Amino acid sequence: MEPDNHSDDCKQIFALLSEYLDAELNPESCEDIQAHLAGCPPCIEFLESLKRTVRLCHNCESAEAPAPLGPETREKLLAAYRKSLSRR
Amino acid sequence: MPSPQTQDEIELARDLLAGKADAFDRFVEVFRSKIFQYALMMCGHREDAEEVAQDTLFKVFENFEQLREPERVRAWVFRIARNACYMKRRKSVFAPTQELSLDDLLPHSEQDGGHRKLEIADWSALPDDQVLRSELRDVIQAAIQELPEIYRAVILLRDVEELSTDETAQVLDISPESVKTRLHRARLAVRRTLDGYLRGIQSGVEHGTGQP
Ligand SMILES: [Zn+2]
Repeated sequence: MEPDNHSDDCKQIFALLSEYLDAELNPESCEDIQAHLAGCPPCIEFLESLKRTVRLCHNCESAEAPAPLGPETREKLLAAYRKSLSRR
Repeated sequence: MPSPQTQDEIELARDLLAGKADAFDRFVEVFRSKIFQYALMMCGHREDAEEVAQDTLFKVFENFEQLREPERVRAWVFRIARNACYMKRRKSVFAPTQELSLDDLLPHSEQDGGHRKLEIADWSALPDDQVLRSELRDVIQAAIQELPEIYRAVILLRDVEELSTDETAQVLDISPESVKTRLHRARLAVRRTLDGYLRGIQSGVEHGTGQP
């Protein structure tokens, strides 16, 4: 008996969950996963935790901001931009 | 379908390409903080992140006329930022890559009276995403920073900066399939760290010693 009691079905589903969340799977695989989830509470619970992880990552940027842009740096950047356009 | 935010960036790039210099300050404002955030998590040092933001913007403007497709401005800027991060490569942050294996990232489960039960925290107890507490944010940031570089690069672009799979593949010069594989493992690893953090809190609460 495998140590963690995961069925092979669960393991297959497990490998595809990110693509499932990102809607990047083909319709058949998507239906297979939905059918499996309908009868497998542990996979649903796991999927929820993964979904939550992704949402938390969206919001994890720190409150730290870069130091204000000095006028000289701004001038330097602006000059680079103007020079670039003049090359066209 | 680009998000409204991306649409803004594309408009700014289009204006700048058309010589409308009034878009300049807005463009700098939008991308400077984005690059800074990305570089901070990629490099792990504030000074490096400041420099990466500045170096990247300089390269971006120096080569602005080479941006042929304004639709790709975000991927183009991040590609330059990623290279700037590599220039700052520090040993600790860019250690040789160990692969993350799917089997290692599987949660443990146990048989419980005929039912299989995952050994997993109670995720429903997490605070609302909008009011991400700073402690939780620190945990997530640390989890991302601990990832081997090839995984960190992907999760930062896909989940934090919200680039598409194709854009991320362009930035990192890898196939979309590799982006998907690495992203999944990166998410699983961050999930596992968060799960450990939550379980720590929850066992503390059960014993009446931890912070709620
Ligand atoms: Zn299952």
